[in-house]
Amino acid sequence: MAAQMTDAHRRFLQVLMSHGIMEGSEARKLHRRCCEIHKVYYAHDKLDDFISTINSHLQPLFMQIRKGMSEGDGRAHYALVNLAETEITKMASDYTENELELFRKTMDLIILSENGFASSTDILNLTDQLKTKKMKKKEAEQVLKVFVEDKWLSERNGEYTLHTRCIIEMEQYILSNYQDVARKCNICHSLAIQSQICESCGIGMHLPCVRKYFRAQTEPRCPQCNDFWSCDIPGMNRIDSQSPSKTGRAEKSFILGTRRC
Amino acid sequence: MSQRKRSKGSGLSQGGDGDEDFNQSQMPTHSQVQRNLERRSQDQVNQKVSELVQFLLVKDQKKIPIKRADMLKKVIREYRDVYSEIVNRAGKTLQQVFGLQLVEIDTKHHIYILTSDLPRAEGENLHRDNQTAKLGLLLIILSFIFMKGNTAKDGAVWEFLRRLRVQPGERHEVFGDVKKLVTEEFVRQKYLEITPIPLTDPPEFSYQWGPRAAKETSKRDVLRFVAKIQGKDPTFWMSQYNEAEATP
Repeated sequence: MAAQMTDAHRRFLQVLMSHGIMEGSEARKLHRRCCEIHKVYYAHDKLDDFISTINSHLQPLFMQIRKGMSEGDGRAHYALVNLAETEITKMASDYTENELELFRKTMDLIILSENGFASSTDILNLTDQLKTKKMKKKEAEQVLKVFVEDKWLSERNGEYTLHTRCIIEMEQYILSNYQDVARKCNICHSLAIQSQICESCGIGMHLPCVRKYFRAQTEPRCPQCNDFWSCDIPGMNRIDSQSPSKTGRAEKSFILGTRRC
Repeated sequence: MSQRKRSKGSGLSQGGDGDEDFNQSQMPTHSQVQRNLERRSQDQVNQKVSELVQFLLVKDQKKIPIKRADMLKKVIREYRDVYSEIVNRAGKTLQQVFGLQLVEIDTKHHIYILTSDLPRAEGENLHRDNQTAKLGLLLIILSFIFMKGNTAKDGAVWEFLRRLRVQPGERHEVFGDVKKLVTEEFVRQKYLEITPIPLTDPPEFSYQWGPRAAKETSKRDVLRFVAKIQGKDPTFWMSQYNEAEATP
């Protein structure tokens, strides 16, 4: 049964909405503050119930506060997303036609890439192919900056990937529109943009999921085919020996999150 | 009995018509709307309400004031005959779920913004981090204008900012093109109103609070801010204090 919305819920929603996405501990702090300000009953482990109440009222508006994991550090994040099935509806009102086209093409590059990243050079080269309206490279650079500010893309060393907020919001869209290419993590079954892949059987896993899964194991083995997992596991020192060339490749995969081990 | 609509042309206007159509033609009366509602399915009308709520939220996140013409053209479309009902329900939903109020800041041109129903809380960062600096600058300008008696000449404003090392000619490391930010962005967002002063050569402009500033803050808050910075009591400025106390 849906509980009533109180001003505490409304304040939480307003703040989350203005941030777009919030990390788990931030959200918990906000939950406590909102309950304190409006003198509403607070229990520190009831954030999910609190959010469910809000969600029951957001449902008729085709919106939802959804929880997702950051592919970088594995931390939980909460984002307010648009559930409407139509394509990139939330973005549609904020950007021009050719900006949206650039974003779609960038998303293609990222999803089709080996490591879940697209270089800025590759993205800027796309500007010549825009069908809606041409864009100069300088302009495209600015547009990319705005996408990063608005948390649709993240940038690292001149390379771009999808921001956690984008992944949370567009997961369904990506899984249905990139069915053959988009990967799901073998551990948590969510969309994986950056992942490590088993060389033998091809299953993929998020880096934080890899870390968690192999933490307890002395000999990392693929959960699907049981072959030796040769990718460098993030956050762990490799004790056993490996041939130099393989180590070299494994090193690269840890730093760049390259898919192939 | 058929409805004789007073809008241009017969039947419902298409979304593709120019803005003039929506501004000039008459909107259906309340009783007409109620009758039109009966012809529509509840689900369809609710769908439009949801779409309008989303539209308003997205526009307002960017602090862009929303024109009625845009709402009609982009969202309401063929449901124009029940426009007022959809807007009312959207407004109620915004209050009920988000604690936001749909406010008409320009009744002549029918322009709206969303403001928060919730009391302002101390130290709360409602805005994204890269916006906070801009709002700081805005607050300083609003304070200056208020302390000067609610209107200040552009020359005075920019001289004041110059003393704070914010210059229109130079690219500021935080604000970028400051002139554009102040004279275009803040004006577009309805935080500031800049009007030319007639018969001035070279042309001078007067800076005043815009309607959004009036809704999002208050003279009292601004005076308190100034007093805090200067380490004085708000009553130090008697006339501003009285004015601030008198304004809701």
